[in-house]
Amino acid sequence: MADFDTPELKEYLSIPAIEPGAMEGLAPFVAKPPHQEPLGYPGELVDNWEEKAIEKMGDMLKKYRGFQVFLDSCVKCGACTDKCHYFLGTSDPKNMPVARQDLLRSVYRRYFTFAGKFFPKLVGARDMTREVLDEWYSYFHQCSQCRRCSVFCPYGIDTAEISMAAREIMDSIGQGQKYCNEIITKVFSIGNNLGLPEPALRDTLEDLEEEIYEDTGVRVRLPLDEKGADILLITPSADFFAEPHIDGLMGYAKVFHEAGVSWTISSYASEAANFGMFIGSYENSQRIAMRVREAALDLGVKRIVHGECGHAWRVAYSFWNTYAGPWDFLDPNYPVPQHICEFTWDLIQQGKLKFDKSENDHRVVTFHDSCNVARATRMGDKPGGQFEIPRNVIKAVCNNYVEMDPDTIKDATFCCGGGGGLLTDDLMEIRVKGAMPRMQALHDVVEEQGVTNMAAICAICKSQFSKVLPYYKMPMDMIVSVHQLVSDALILTGQNDGDEASGEQDS
Amino acid sequence: MPIEVNGKTIETDEEGYLVNLSDWNEDVALKLAESEGLEMDENRWEVVNFLREYYNEYQIAPAVRVLTKAIGKKLGKEKGNSKYLYELFPYGPAKQACKIAGLPKPTGCV
Repeated sequence: MADFDTPELKEYLSIPAIEPGAMEGLAPFVAKPPHQEPLGYPGELVDNWEEKAIEKMGDMLKKYRGFQVFLDSCVKCGACTDKCHYFLGTSDPKNMPVARQDLLRSVYRRYFTFAGKFFPKLVGARDMTREVLDEWYSYFHQCSQCRRCSVFCPYGIDTAEISMAAREIMDSIGQGQKYCNEIITKVFSIGNNLGLPEPALRDTLEDLEEEIYEDTGVRVRLPLDEKGADILLITPSADFFAEPHIDGLMGYAKVFHEAGVSWTISSYASEAANFGMFIGSYENSQRIAMRVREAALDLGVKRIVHGECGHAWRVAYSFWNTYAGPWDFLDPNYPVPQHICEFTWDLIQQGKLKFDKSENDHRVVTFHDSCNVARATRMGDKPGGQFEIPRNVIKAVCNNYVEMDPDTIKDATFCCGGGGGLLTDDLMEIRVKGAMPRMQALHDVVEEQGVTNMAAICAICKSQFSKVLPYYKMPMDMIVSVHQLVSDALILTGQNDGDEASGEQDS
Repeated sequence: MPIEVNGKTIETDEEGYLVNLSDWNEDVALKLAESEGLEMDENRWEVVNFLREYYNEYQIAPAVRVLTKAIGKKLGKEKGNSKYLYELFPYGPAKQACKIAGLPKPTGCV
């Protein structure tokens, strides 16, 4: 079905010779009016869009100081050029971070700098034309906003901010992306990215309760809309739908059960994801975040815990206060918000969870750091907690754990290839090619250390890997949820000995 | 991208999903399957019919887990797993089977 070649995995990751235009013209479907208007954008490209785009850029330069600093401060040192997974996977020089920034920077120079206004050719300044717009639409949808390049930039220029700004400008003139904007429309009308209505959500949760009971003989609940619960769980709606996500969700439920806390999911805010960030929209991000606040107040919860979702953790950890704070109605004795890995690790340290690690002995596990968690947030109270805590949880439930190449983990992690609003079938080529650096590192530990599974704490990463692993001749079910590993090893109080289970230990 | 079925023109979106769900009938399903390079055998019909039943009740396709269990009950336990569903619908049961069943594409991080 693919009409492109999957990159070859070599002995080690090498920097490709450039192939200008290799990915030219690849672009996602454009959003139609029903997916533009609910977000406050024009249904289609407006008449005087050139003017409007520049006007919007001017507004954003005033509003976001970082945006202007990033546009002004690049010295073309080249440190970023070989850091982007999309460049490494496609060889297209426009996928070098500096070149991607320049697509917008050249227009900025033309209209907002002295030199660009009077001597455009001398400073590489360009008019806002249809060609430029098409190029923006294509290459700003070949950036997953993973921010790996910014780690290596001596000035800390964040390409993600520029790519978000470009998308916001395009949205504001009526050239939005179908995938993101359709999803945000569903959050506003139904409550989640998937479009899962309350009765379907209830039915699914009941089904999972049944499954856990069949497996363990213990009645573990997955409550929905229960007023007065202590904890509101906010998780990506993929956790209610896809695999291996759903196994992670059952893991959270078991952990809550063993902790003896009361918790609930909300059908109104049945989504952790906040795609408003991907399209650089303050207003839409805020509207989505406010749903969580409203649900928390309505249900009267004291705490909010986040499930395994990468960018949502960034939005919650870094932006929630501005979007929807203050959160002074929540219990200040707990982190606001708290990540499920923090929650589980805390219980493990207190000795409140009992595990049979041998349940994971058929696995050799490695961990993929999701970009937004790794480079934009923290967990726990120590620097690097966002790296250590998920690993600690995995090591507490698995006997066999190995790391991938140090250049590809922690803050140098490679994006899965599907982040930032790119997880759509119409961008499959860039998704597959952009996954190459991660696939290379994974393949190395499979060959050398017998890794069987890669765990992740992001719904996008999990779906993306399920899809692209087979392109690289690895099985799709290699990718697992961290809380799936927890779930498999956790011994519930009063659990059956497990007639079919391999372990013989009594609890 | 409209498709022609029994002399009738039926509208589909950029990705080949039906625009109007009410346009669906078995001949349309056969045509959609053909464009996916799939032949509709009894097992594929079982999945497609289950998806349509579930959709009629809940206005959404079932979670993959719900689908695998239902198929396991109907076709035998050894077929109640996602591996089997991927054999039937190589591009993924959620998306490809939904398309043939005339349902909208599941969106989000899936």
